Amino acid sequence: MTKSTRNPSELHERREQRLMLLLLAPALLVIVVLLVLPLLWLAWQSIWQDGRFTFAHYERFMTDSVYWLAFLQTFRIAAIVTLLTVVLGYPVAYVAAGAPQRWSILILTMVLLPFWTSVLVRAYAWLILLQRNGIINSALTGSGLIDAPLRLVNNEFGTVIATIHILLPFMVLPLYATMKKIPGELTMAGASLGGSPMHVFLRVFLPLSLPGLIAGMVLVFVLTLGFYITPELLGGGRTYMVSMLVSRNIEVYNEWGAASSISVVLMICVFLVFRLASLLIPFERIMGTR
Amino acid sequence: MSPSKVLLHGFVVLILAWLIIPVLIILPMSFSGARFLAFPPPSWSLRWYESYLGSAAWMQATRVSLIVGVCSAVIATIFGTAAAYALNLTQSRLVRSLQALLLLPLIVPIVITAVGVFLVYAQVGLLASMTGLILANVMLGLPYVVTSVLVGLRKFDPTQEMVSRSLGMNRWRTFFAVTLPQIRPSVISGLLFAFISAIDETVVSLFISGGEYQTLTKKMFTALRDEIDPTIASISSLLTTISFILLMLAALNARNTDRSQGRAT
Repeated sequence: MTKSTRNPSELHERREQRLMLLLLAPALLVIVVLLVLPLLWLAWQSIWQDGRFTFAHYERFMTDSVYWLAFLQTFRIAAIVTLLTVVLGYPVAYVAAGAPQRWSILILTMVLLPFWTSVLVRAYAWLILLQRNGIINSALTGSGLIDAPLRLVNNEFGTVIATIHILLPFMVLPLYATMKKIPGELTMAGASLGGSPMHVFLRVFLPLSLPGLIAGMVLVFVLTLGFYITPELLGGGRTYMVSMLVSRNIEVYNEWGAASSISVVLMICVFLVFRLASLLIPFERIMGTR
Repeated sequence: MSPSKVLLHGFVVLILAWLIIPVLIILPMSFSGARFLAFPPPSWSLRWYESYLGSAAWMQATRVSLIVGVCSAVIATIFGTAAAYALNLTQSRLVRSLQALLLLPLIVPIVITAVGVFLVYAQVGLLASMTGLILANVMLGLPYVVTSVLVGLRKFDPTQEMVSRSLGMNRWRTFFAVTLPQIRPSVISGLLFAFISAIDETVVSLFISGGEYQTLTKKMFTALRDEIDPTIASISSLLTTISFILLMLAALNARNTDRSQGRAT
């Protein structure tokens, strides 16, 4: 008879928890069935083949240069893209956060418009701009600055330009949100105490904007690690990123074991980046849910 | 203004131009009369709009994308709002730890997601089907809805629900009569984000869509990879116009949020 002696508030709490789980169930079900289970399945496939365990798919990371070259190029591109989005994104967020409201809305709209435009549309736009007889090349040759058209696309350069263009909003938005919360009195106090504008910026403003900066860098870096459309369309076969390695192994070679092991390693890289970043700022902060 | 400030503002104007111009350049290209992509176009015409609107294949792909976009956005909004509501109210740590799971689709590289969904669909026979496309996009849209609605719920005072329930309304009616009207802007913005993400989704549909149920983005992607057909310029212009209208709607929606908050405080 222990059940009936339970106090009503405890019973209520258990009912409450059951209701909450019920409300969460549809969303969780979709994500578990379509994402979590397939990830576990991929992990299993990478070590289990023809009825026995094998590490052959992981050994290829040591022996096959295509593998580690793809990872190397992916990490290099991710680092370049992250660095350049900081250089381009920080000033934009800084000016937007300090401007009168009407101007900051205008700036944010200009940042958001490409954000809301299809990734394919933007990849196409960069193809038009950068190709051999494209707008930039004809402007440069027409003005006599160069004699022969430059190779701007179908290489790493084109991929990096288009990737930055697509990911810049992911840097600007968290930076702007953080900078907006920095009280103006703090920088004024710094200036009134005799700090030069540069000094005040470096000692007061920059440290306070660091959480936004880290959040933006993590998002951009991780998203670049998994980028597929821009290297495929603008890389011209010269840019071989990990995501392409995965899709080639399935579409061209039908090598599920290889594709699985590459996916697992890429997933581990992504989790490590988040883990490292969460030592500095909370995970919710990166994802913008707090 | 100090010289360094002028320099800073000049730099920002250049970056903004660099962001906007590639999107705008497509518009004149779409009215070009030439087969090749010269700028400015040597002559003007509507032939690329005709070749898009007159093509049964492009129209079918557009229809598929629109149906997938609307259905998956609505379902993701219902599931996501319910989930956010539970996450916001719960005291249990176990339930709260599930939040990270709901954001997983944003974290997993899209190619891996695509391969995973392909694996599941190959088993249950959902490849190249409308249901499969909608379900996959529900999964991808959920994080946007959950994030947006959670932000809205944080600003909402839960004691209002208790008042309503103590006055005799049940939970269900309380949600629709008291809570939902106040968090409506964040639900709408979640819906818009889920819709845009579904319309824009390319990589997963490259793997799982096909035959009769090919999405617009898959068809565009293959067209771009194989040859640069100016028809893409007309489609891109239309897509950009739609995005622009939705962005304006989202901005209006955000202004309403500010207003309703102003009233509450």
